[in-house]
Amino acid sequence: MSENWRDRLQRCAPYALAPLVILAALPAIGPGPWATLTLAGLTMGVMLFLVASGLTLIFGLMDVLNFAHAAFVTVGAYVAVSVLRPLAGWTAAQSLTLNLIALLVALIAAAAASGALGFVFERLIIRQVYGAPLRQILITIGGLTVIEQLVIVIWGPQAIPLPRPASLRGSVFFGSSSIETYRLVALCVGLSVAVAMQLFLTRTRLGLVVRAGVENREMIQALGYNIRRVFVGVFMAGTALAGMGGMMWGQYQAVVGSQIGDSMTILVFIILIIGGLGSVSGCFIGAILVGLTSNYVDFLAPKLALGSNVLLMALILLWQPRGLLPISEQ
Amino acid sequence: MIGAGDTLLRLDGVYTDIGRYRILHGVDLAVRRGRVTMLLGRNGAGKTTTLRTIMGLWRARRGDIVFDGQAITAMQTPRIARLGIAYVPENMGIFGRLTVRENLFLATAPRGFAQQDLDRVLESFPALKLKWDCAAGSLSGGQKQMLAIGRAIVEQRRLLLVDEPTKGLSPAMVDQLAAALLQLKSEQTSILLVEQNFQVAEAVGDDVAVIDEGRIIHTGDMAMLAADEALQHRLLGLSMATAL
Repeated sequence: MSENWRDRLQRCAPYALAPLVILAALPAIGPGPWATLTLAGLTMGVMLFLVASGLTLIFGLMDVLNFAHAAFVTVGAYVAVSVLRPLAGWTAAQSLTLNLIALLVALIAAAAASGALGFVFERLIIRQVYGAPLRQILITIGGLTVIEQLVIVIWGPQAIPLPRPASLRGSVFFGSSSIETYRLVALCVGLSVAVAMQLFLTRTRLGLVVRAGVENREMIQALGYNIRRVFVGVFMAGTALAGMGGMMWGQYQAVVGSQIGDSMTILVFIILIIGGLGSVSGCFIGAILVGLTSNYVDFLAPKLALGSNVLLMALILLWQPRGLLPISEQ
Repeated sequence: MIGAGDTLLRLDGVYTDIGRYRILHGVDLAVRRGRVTMLLGRNGAGKTTTLRTIMGLWRARRGDIVFDGQAITAMQTPRIARLGIAYVPENMGIFGRLTVRENLFLATAPRGFAQQDLDRVLESFPALKLKWDCAAGSLSGGQKQMLAIGRAIVEQRRLLLVDEPTKGLSPAMVDQLAAALLQLKSEQTSILLVEQNFQVAEAVGDDVAVIDEGRIIHTGDMAMLAADEALQHRLLGLSMATAL
C-alpha cells in the first residue's frame, strides 16, 4: 500500500515542480516583482517549448539528434523580419486587430519557411545518416553552419531590429506589478500552440502514431504504419515550430541576429535532458522550469544567472537520472 | 501432402544474418490456411528470427517468402502488415504510455473500431475492458499479453505470428491465454505460434515444425509429435511429459 503511494507520488512529482518553484519564489522576491518575473518566466518557457518540442520528438521518433535545429529558429526569425517590413503600416497602426494580424502573418510565414527548409534538410541530409549517430552530429553541425552563413549572405551580418507592434509595446499594470503586453500575447500564443500540439498528439490517430513510434518504432511499423513518412512530417512540424519560436523570440528581444538560434541551443538541450529525451510532456515541464529559474535567479543572484540552468539540470538528474518523464522503452 | 492452395505462407531456403552471424540457414516452412502451426525448438534455434524475418523486421539474405501467392521477401514491414499479417513479439510490443484503448485503436483500420471485432476481443479478455482507459504500462504481465493478442485480432487478419505468448505468466494466466488461442483456432484463424509450453503447444497446434540451428529439422502433425516421446527426445532434447 505504502509502495503504491510512493509510486504515485513519484509519478506526480514532476508535474508539481513548476508550481512549487513559483510558490517558493514568492517569499524570496516579494509579490510585485514576483508576478512580473513569473509571467516573464512562463513566456520564456513556452517560447523555449516551441523550439524544444520539435527536437525532442525528432530524437524520440528516429534517434536523430539534430544539432542544426537552431538554424531553423534563425530562419524563422529572419523570415519574420522580411514579412513584417512590408507590413510596417499594420504594425505601426494603433489598432490591436491590425497588429495581431501582422503578427499572425509573420508567424505563419516563419513556420512555413522553416518547415519547408526542414523538408529539404531531411531529404538531403538527415536521410543519409539514419542509425549513424556520429555522422549525424557532424553533418547536422555542418548543416547549421551552412544555413547560418546563407542567412548572413541573404540578410547581411548586422543585427536587424524587429520592433514590436504599436499596441504591444506598453505594459499592463496589476496592482504594484507591471507586465509587458507583448509577453502576455506571446504567452497566449505559446500556450495555444502547446495545447493544439497536445490535442493533436492525444486526440488524432496520427498523433497516437507519433507517440507510439517514440516508444517502439518497430512495433508501430509492424502495425502497418510507415514510420519514415511519419518522421518526415514530424521533422517538418518540428522545424516549423522552431521557426515560430524564432519569430516570437526575435520579437521578444526586439532584434534579430544570425546567432539568435545558437543563443537558445544550450537552453534547448538542457530542457530536453531535464524533461527526458523524446518526452513532449517532460519537455513542457522542463521549458517552464528553465524559463522560471532563469528569471528568478537573474533577479535574486545575477552572478549565478549563467549557471543556474546547468545547476537545475544537475539537481534534476541527481533525482531522476533519465529526466523527469523518460520514455520507458528506449 | 499439402496442396499449394492450402498454403498461406511459405518460406523456401531462407537465410538471415544478424550482424556478422548467420542465424537462419535455409529455413523451409509452410503454414496452412485455417491451421495453427507450432514452431518449436531449443533456445537460440532461430524461432524468433524466423518470425521477424517473415515480418520484414530482419531482412532475409537469401531465399523466398511467399504469402498467399505474393512474394514478400523484399517488402517493407508496414506493407507486410497491411497484407493482413499481425505480429505479437516476445516482448509484447505494448505502448506503455498509451492507454489500452489507444493501443487497440492503433491496430484498427482508418474507420476505427468495428463493434463486432471489439466485442470479440473484450469477450476473450474481459480484463481489458476494466483497464480500458489505464496506461498499458500499468498492466500486469498477463494483461499486457492479452492486450498484445487483442491488438492482433481487433481487426480481421489473415495470419497471426505469435512469439512465446505464455512466457513468464502464472498458470492461471496461461490457461486463460490458451483458451483464447483455442477460440482463435476454432474460428479457423491461421496462426504461426512459437511456444515453449508443450501443454499449450499440444492443445493448440495442428501442425508442427521443429527448428534447430537455423534449419527446419522436422515437420508434421502436432498430435503425432505429442504422442512420440522418442521423437521429442531426438528433436527437442526432452519429452513433453517431463517438460510439463
